[in-house]
Amino acid sequence: MPGTIGYAIWFLGALLEISVVVCAVLRGSFRRYLCLNLYMLFSFLLSVGRYWFLSHFGLRSSEYKYFYFYSDAVLTIFLYLALITLYLHVFDEMKVEKFVRLAAILLLAGTALFSYGVVQQSQTKMLTGFFVELSQNLYFVGLVLTYVLWGAILKLRESRTQLIQLVLSLGVYFSAFAATFALGNMLPNFQLIGYIVPVFGCLLPLAWAYAFWRLSPDARMVPARLAVVPR
Amino acid sequence: MAAVIFLASVAALLQLFISYCRSLIAPSIKQPLSAEVRDVTGIEKAASGEDFVRVIQLLHLCPERPEERGHIRAIGFYFRLLNFMRATLARVIPAVQSWTEMERGQCAYFAAVALDRRIAFSRDMLAQQIDV
Repeated sequence: MPGTIGYAIWFLGALLEISVVVCAVLRGSFRRYLCLNLYMLFSFLLSVGRYWFLSHFGLRSSEYKYFYFYSDAVLTIFLYLALITLYLHVFDEMKVEKFVRLAAILLLAGTALFSYGVVQQSQTKMLTGFFVELSQNLYFVGLVLTYVLWGAILKLRESRTQLIQLVLSLGVYFSAFAATFALGNMLPNFQLIGYIVPVFGCLLPLAWAYAFWRLSPDARMVPARLAVVPR
Repeated sequence: MAAVIFLASVAALLQLFISYCRSLIAPSIKQPLSAEVRDVTGIEKAASGEDFVRVIQLLHLCPERPEERGHIRAIGFYFRLLNFMRATLARVIPAVQSWTEMERGQCAYFAAVALDRRIAFSRDMLAQQIDV
């Protein structure tokens, strides 16, 4: 992607990622949403790391490619874990922490096995292929899980505005990525995807920074009013 | 398979984005408008979708508050999405017509509340300049 616009989007994304952590620290929400903040911090550090690899080895170097794809897979797993902590927040009072964690580990292992199966059948049986496949599949699993979590929020009448906005923005992010990856598979020569993906990448930290900065952790709303289908 | 994932993702994206925009609009709905904004915009109690463009034009006349820039853009995008749904889906499903109209009205009311805040912000800035 890099080019002037590419670098600008990249820089903006990194700036927004670190601003999420700063907003959370200043508003006292860092520990409350520890995993989400660690994900953003890690994401920022990886952006710096990617820039270092890019400037030292070049865009087409295998060093940069390996670093990019491996770090992307690790980052996706981290985001998946962040999503699971949102489940723990929503189901906090039901004391089902153990079951949620067990289900999350099983689902992650299942997704990894499925991805391995797909790569095993393809002609290019490379480790990089496995990580790319795992990332894509986790985005779709993440989308389904966020959608289920949104259903649970409506059902349980969860009213914490900050938590609701964090979940909804994560759902928008996952679904936008899953749609983009699917579009990329359908139209392999569609060049614009190289720009769409980083732009979507900026939206999640923007929404989270807003949620941490502007919304009080105690602010409440009626979730049924947000449902597209009236309840 | 990719086509199925694409369609499912777009459907989920639309639904979650609509809910997200509603969560942004929700706190504004409870706020009453000041008398001067009611006079300027002509909105008495409930706004209609037709008011949105006019209120946004008025918003652009006031100095911007940086913290709500992204907010207004997101709602502007949501309003265009609603217009698109009104022009396409609402012709097939009549219930969508009244729903989109209600949502468009809430977008206009949100913009009017933002206008109210900007007027208060401009007034504060002017007061500070006079003090200096």
